[in-house]
Amino acid sequence: MLAILKTALRAIRRNILRSILTMLGIIVGIAAVIVGVSMGTGAKAEVDRQIASMGNNLLIIFSGNMSRGGVRGGFGMQPNLTERDYDTLRREVTGLAGISPEVRATVQVVAGNQNTSVGIWGVSADFADIRSWKFQSGENFTEADVRNAAKVCLMGKTTAASLFGEGIDPVGQTVSIQNSPVAVVGWLASKGANTFGQDQDDIIIMPYTSVMKRLSGDTKFRALNAAASGPEVISDVTNQITAILRQTHQITPDKEEDFSIRSQQEMSDFFNANNRVMTILIGAFAGISLVVGGIGIMNIMLVSVTERTREIGIRLAVGARARDVLRQFLIEAVVLSVVGGGLGILTGYWLAPLLTRFAGFPTLISSQSVLIAFSVSAMIGVVFGFFPALKAANLDPIDALRYE
Amino acid sequence: MEPIIKLVDFRRTYRNGSLEVHAVRGVTLDIAPGEFVAIMGASGSGKSTMMNTIGCLDRPSSGHYYLDDVDVGDLGRDELADLRNSKLGFVFQGFNLLPRTSALENVELPLLYCRPPMRAREQQERAMAALEMVGLADRADHYPNQLSGGQQQRVAIARALVNEPRVLLADEPTGNLDTHTSIEVMGVFQSLNAQGITIVMITHELDIANFCKRKVVMRDGLIRTDEPVLDRSLATEALEQLKEEQRAVHLA
Repeated sequence: MLAILKTALRAIRRNILRSILTMLGIIVGIAAVIVGVSMGTGAKAEVDRQIASMGNNLLIIFSGNMSRGGVRGGFGMQPNLTERDYDTLRREVTGLAGISPEVRATVQVVAGNQNTSVGIWGVSADFADIRSWKFQSGENFTEADVRNAAKVCLMGKTTAASLFGEGIDPVGQTVSIQNSPVAVVGWLASKGANTFGQDQDDIIIMPYTSVMKRLSGDTKFRALNAAASGPEVISDVTNQITAILRQTHQITPDKEEDFSIRSQQEMSDFFNANNRVMTILIGAFAGISLVVGGIGIMNIMLVSVTERTREIGIRLAVGARARDVLRQFLIEAVVLSVVGGGLGILTGYWLAPLLTRFAGFPTLISSQSVLIAFSVSAMIGVVFGFFPALKAANLDPIDALRYE
Repeated sequence: MEPIIKLVDFRRTYRNGSLEVHAVRGVTLDIAPGEFVAIMGASGSGKSTMMNTIGCLDRPSSGHYYLDDVDVGDLGRDELADLRNSKLGFVFQGFNLLPRTSALENVELPLLYCRPPMRAREQQERAMAALEMVGLADRADHYPNQLSGGQQQRVAIARALVNEPRVLLADEPTGNLDTHTSIEVMGVFQSLNAQGITIVMITHELDIANFCKRKVVMRDGLIRTDEPVLDRSLATEALEQLKEEQRAVHLA
């Protein structure tokens, strides 16, 4: 076995340039597999991170039905979720870790001589927990603040930076929102961009009562944010919410709902489905180049068998069986493709970070993909090396010895 | 003594399209252990076909070939390979050494395929011993292109001997060599034969055949004459004679 491996390596070294050119097809193919799969897993990890930043076991109940086809004018165009819905759900749904209304307004905020236009979210005291907002300093507003429509707010990092300067703690400051003073009670820790690329830190969060009464004048919510107490109760909670809302909205069984519920899992599935398509596409291209590389190996092995007909004749004459010759050429093909595969993996390792640095693509090389790439390259050697090896093994010793 | 090679009404027919070519048309021949046989004949006389069969590279179309009491006609490809490996050694006209492979590794080649497999260490020792027999132990790490024609043929002989075969088969072993080297190679054969190794060789040179002990002449697929060599040449004497002749040429 060792002797055969040695013979194979010698045969490959003898035509080193030809061998490298032959391997190039495999190198490119395997590198493409590594990079392609790393892009897929990298994108998935990024989506998972972003989705996780939205909260844990999150359910969002939107006004309006989004599951019907056609343009619906976006969610929340006609808010129809009421204070009564919110109270009922909070009271009656079991398995809820928290629930919060969501209203929004975009207003000009002034602090000293600085001002900025920012989206204000009106929510309940549960919201910070539901959406996993952490506090850099200060603390959340209270249930009492919500009841009293208090003039308090939480401020995101970007907003704070544009009003007070980079890194300056806004807690204890007062800002002016539509000419009424609002106290900053919490400074939110950064979350970065969301899946749509929006800066999640450019935000002011206030009790929903304050926003509705003092800023927007809305009487209904565009959405409700809820958190289930665990991943296993999400579907149960969803069913309860649906049943209750159908009842409070007086929707007969033959009618469609005027609200829709999205779970975090669905959102993550949606984005990952896109990534999967991309991964499959890249995988297909990589597969094609691997097949081309395999054909290259087959081609060069056929040339090699013809060139070495005499050698095969000698080996047969001194007593090599057909399977000895078959094994020799098969191992040679496998060595070619496996060395090519190894070089391809190295190339992929080198290329993937470059892609991240220069194209901003998240990449993550999994040991699984390396393992698969390696075994695929070995398989290519066996599959594409088999025909030439068989040809060598079936040579007639007399003809082979006489071959010029 | 029981013959090691026994051909009984051996025929070999090739089919070339619709044309049947009778290469050998019925040869019966016994070769006993320890013999040194030259098979002679013009091209097309069937001597190569007969040699291929004796070498277990081919099988008779009809008739029988017994090698060491085994009927070769009944054997499959793998069994023929095993016979070649264990009982026969080949020496070719064109040396047929593997290029870019050291003399030692060339000699080791048959041992790679012996069953049961041999340990690498033992392979090397056996190959070295075989090279010593042909006087080339000091050239073990040379590549074929670093050796003269005579040396290459001696490496090939060592390769044929390394498996301790029952019969050494040589197909025009001196065809590519000059007179001096030819006689040297015949000297190697003669000393091997003196040690008891059976040798069958093809040649079309009468001078060379005269170094053997028995001469079989073939024509048109049949044996014409089969006789012992009467005034046998000895390589040592022939070399002396050759030297004297050359000296004479220089003096003249």
